[in-house]
Amino acid sequence: MTVDLAVDGVSVSVDTVAIVHAASLDAAPGTFTGVLGPNGSGKSTLLRSIYRSRQPTAGTVLVDGRDVWSVSAKVAAQLTAVVAQEGSSDFDFTVREMVEMGRNPHKRFLQRDTEEDEVLVERALSLAGVDRFVDRTFATLSGGEKQRVLVARCLAQQSPLLVLDEPTNHLDVCAQFELLDLISSLSVTTVAALHDLNLAARYCDRVVVLDAGRVVAAGAPAEVLTVELLADVFGVRSSCTLSDDGASVELRMLGSVRSVRSQVEF
Amino acid sequence: MVALVVGFVTVAALSVFVGSVWISPGVVFHVIGSKLGLVDGGDLDPAVVKVVWDLRLPRVLLGAVVGAGLAVAGGAIQVAVRNPLGDPYLLGVMAGASTGAVCVIVVGSGATGGVGVSAAAFVGAAVATTLTFAFGRSGSRLPAVRVVLAGVAVAYLFSSVTFYLQTLATPNELKRALFWGLGSLGGATWVDLRIPTAAVVVGVIWLLTQARSLNALLTGHESAASLGVNVERQQVMLLFAASALSAVVVAVAGGIGFVGLVVPHVARMLLGSDHRRALPAMVLLGALFLIVADLAARTIVRPAEIPIGVVTSAVGAPFFLWLLRRVRTGS
Repeated sequence: MTVDLAVDGVSVSVDTVAIVHAASLDAAPGTFTGVLGPNGSGKSTLLRSIYRSRQPTAGTVLVDGRDVWSVSAKVAAQLTAVVAQEGSSDFDFTVREMVEMGRNPHKRFLQRDTEEDEVLVERALSLAGVDRFVDRTFATLSGGEKQRVLVARCLAQQSPLLVLDEPTNHLDVCAQFELLDLISSLSVTTVAALHDLNLAARYCDRVVVLDAGRVVAAGAPAEVLTVELLADVFGVRSSCTLSDDGASVELRMLGSVRSVRSQVEF
Repeated sequence: MVALVVGFVTVAALSVFVGSVWISPGVVFHVIGSKLGLVDGGDLDPAVVKVVWDLRLPRVLLGAVVGAGLAVAGGAIQVAVRNPLGDPYLLGVMAGASTGAVCVIVVGSGATGGVGVSAAAFVGAAVATTLTFAFGRSGSRLPAVRVVLAGVAVAYLFSSVTFYLQTLATPNELKRALFWGLGSLGGATWVDLRIPTAAVVVGVIWLLTQARSLNALLTGHESAASLGVNVERQQVMLLFAASALSAVVVAVAGGIGFVGLVVPHVARMLLGSDHRRALPAMVLLGALFLIVADLAARTIVRPAEIPIGVVTSAVGAPFFLWLLRRVRTGS
């Protein structure tokens, strides 16, 4: 059930301002791709063009070989599940109700939930480890619990592509690990915007780095995340330690490139 | 839900029995049976038959239809603008309807081409909401904040016309205008019931088919889109349906406030935000609330009547204030 995601030459504008310029990225079946970049580099906007929230001005987004912008919203939802960045609502649902909504794209008017839906919802709840508090209301959950419920909803949705926009934001260290452990244990193809470069290095099979709306690097984290790239794109001084086999990398951030300069000047 | 159905039936029945004179349940059912051709009604007092069949039944049924219509319209608008303070009157429906109705009352239906108060109210509501949508839209979308702001401005515009017309009115016309603005189910006939009933039935059925989308919309626009909802189109359709529904209902019953605001919240509190359950609950609760309010309106100061809008607002406004505090402390 896994698929390829093929983003080809996608440009996106928001209110006539071009945010993403001819970005391309591919995700192989079952892989975890991290989208990295400083604030304002276009990570969220690029993801929105993938999950059909912001229409590109150029380029194509294919999930499972199907152009997500030429199918209906419902079919697109069957292809792609999303954990977006969004504030909470004044209206409240229970955890179970939230996860049950994952079945919406598979439902017709007035069609009731079937036994199959129930099985899928139960499985999603237990896979995401949220089956202990199914009757609690969503608003009362901690940040980490909320994200796990949203991942559970994506699992119930059974879409082959999972897109997450900075899922570890506002989570404590342990919750960040738990959430990414959960996500990387799934067999779905995953694309996530991430801020923490070490987490990205540790969990992603591939990373794509955006700078000012352009893809400036793509590949395995150990190849892409170099001292030079961190200085050029993120503006930080760092030291990168490769593991002996060269397969993994550990980064140490030492400070802003600019603050060094100002220290020298004074 | 079962309790709501039982409550609704009980209250509806009770309000047919109670009035300026008490009519026993046996007699009421006899009248209804004879009108439906089930039993022979030859021995019934024609005056009683008239009170039950021509006065009280249409009034109670109109109350149910109007209450249900306002409640689901309010519920739909709250979802569309994703704001718990959403209300059918937010879109200028009421202000427009008042202008239409007062126009006919003051200028006279002769001057408006023989159009009645209800028809004029509907036209006024339609014009006002059309203006709200025209100014609230951005391309093909209806962004929530813009729609609400446009609705408020349009409401002021129409109110200014209404107030000006009222300064021209005779005391008698002024009183009629005032009473229209506060709503009434009095004088309801079987014919009056037709259009609102059809509108409410169609509206409720359509909304029920959209219940999953409504749930998804409440969790946020991006979230809804990712669950397969065409968010912008759905918002436009919800606002359009809700304003059409409330315009039809207000045209017949006048300005009955707070039902569309309060009832959806009570329904969600009782049965949760899942609209597959909340919508039927809004229908029942709205109907129940308005029948009770009407019963209070026509019995508290018997034989006179309090306008029903006074009763619903007297109950609704404190609830609204409580809700406002709760929303504030919650965020």
